[in-house]
Amino acid sequence: MADTHKLAIFRGLVKFKSNTQKIWGVLILLTLITAVEVVLGIFKPEMLMGQVLGMSLLNWIFILLTIAKAYYITWDFMHMRDETAAFRRMAVWTGVFLISYLLFILLQEGGYIGKVFANGFVKQDF
Amino acid sequence: MSTTVVKTETEGKTWGGGNEPLKASYGKMMMWFFIVSDALTFSGFLAAYGFSRFKFSNSWPIADEVFTHVPFLHGQELPMIYVAFMTFILIMSSVTMVLAVDAGHHMNKAKVTIYMFLTIIGGLVFVSSQAWEWVTFIKGDYGAVGTHGGNIMQFVGPDGKRVALEDFAIADPYNVRERHESKKGLWFTSEKSLPSFTIDEVVAGFIANPDILVKTTYSDENGQKIILSRNESLTELKTKGKNVVEGANLIQNEYGSPLFGDFFFFITGFHGFHVSIGILLNIIVFFNVILGTYERRGSYEMVEKVGLYWHFVDLVWVFVFTFFYLV
Repeated sequence: MADTHKLAIFRGLVKFKSNTQKIWGVLILLTLITAVEVVLGIFKPEMLMGQVLGMSLLNWIFILLTIAKAYYITWDFMHMRDETAAFRRMAVWTGVFLISYLLFILLQEGGYIGKVFANGFVKQDF
Repeated sequence: MSTTVVKTETEGKTWGGGNEPLKASYGKMMMWFFIVSDALTFSGFLAAYGFSRFKFSNSWPIADEVFTHVPFLHGQELPMIYVAFMTFILIMSSVTMVLAVDAGHHMNKAKVTIYMFLTIIGGLVFVSSQAWEWVTFIKGDYGAVGTHGGNIMQFVGPDGKRVALEDFAIADPYNVRERHESKKGLWFTSEKSLPSFTIDEVVAGFIANPDILVKTTYSDENGQKIILSRNESLTELKTKGKNVVEGANLIQNEYGSPLFGDFFFFITGFHGFHVSIGILLNIIVFFNVILGTYERRGSYEMVEKVGLYWHFVDLVWVFVFTFFYLV
């Protein structure tokens, strides 16, 4: 078990010499991503506030960065990179499929109800 | 009986038994399947949060205006800083955990002990930070007025900064009501703690201070909350104002939609519960490491399994952080 870890991230672009080194490397990456998120969250640059697919571009950037973080936590901290492909797919694809489905259904419905509240005859401001 | 020996003709093949086709032990696989199901639970909650947020998209509170506090820096508006610190603490404790797992693979008892200890400390710092965040949110800072329709009116000065109720409300010395508790009067009824001011006192103070304006629950097209003119503010407060709201609870909060508070308490509470359980498991494993249980067993896999759970808690926080504080 000791040295069976895959030590490359970014599809082999960055290779680490030992597993411990890889852990610190991934920590630096995660910290960088979080720092970018925090800076964007504080300053909210005007150029990123345009609407893309129902949300501001900034929100999409946040969500993408979050998924990137989740990927590195799962792949390197939880050793998904070292598991067999079948096992990895069993856990990851199941989750990803069900969660995307649930999110799509609920957000679609929430947006619809929001429109009904805004344009319909429901009075809630009194 | 030798005649009853069953030969399945699958010996030595992948699914013939006796080996691990997925190269993972039973315990580790089951931990993963638990994590998958728990991830579905959390995404159910976060999806419900998203549902309510899309439903009330123009009246949802702006997180940067809610979570602005940092311990020991009283009175300063510093959104994101403290929660970024909490995120870093949790990621850091994930790192010490994965270092403990790595040391376990090398059967290095001393290192596993140190890293497990650091992981537990990180977890405790995180949970205490979360508790502090809750206390600050529950206490609130400026106070607001609730409307009959369940919306919130906040008060801002000419510079657009929020003004606390106590800075302008005029207390009426002849109209002081004490909170009724069951020990003081009728034993079968009691009431929640009273706000510091009545709605009439706030309205009187508002009329006496011509600088103060009302900030509504609603956002304009740029995502900023709409601030009314002085005349509109007066009408709004007199016709719609119903009660004084200070801080947050499950029924109302001074920052806007009550659902925001409900989801915040429920989701971060459920996450905090997971962290607490994780700390407990880490402590149990920590003592087992010290006692040499895993040394005798010849494998530190238990550290790895608990580690998986701990990383999962970190993983969930990454999403909670995004959806409560950033987006």
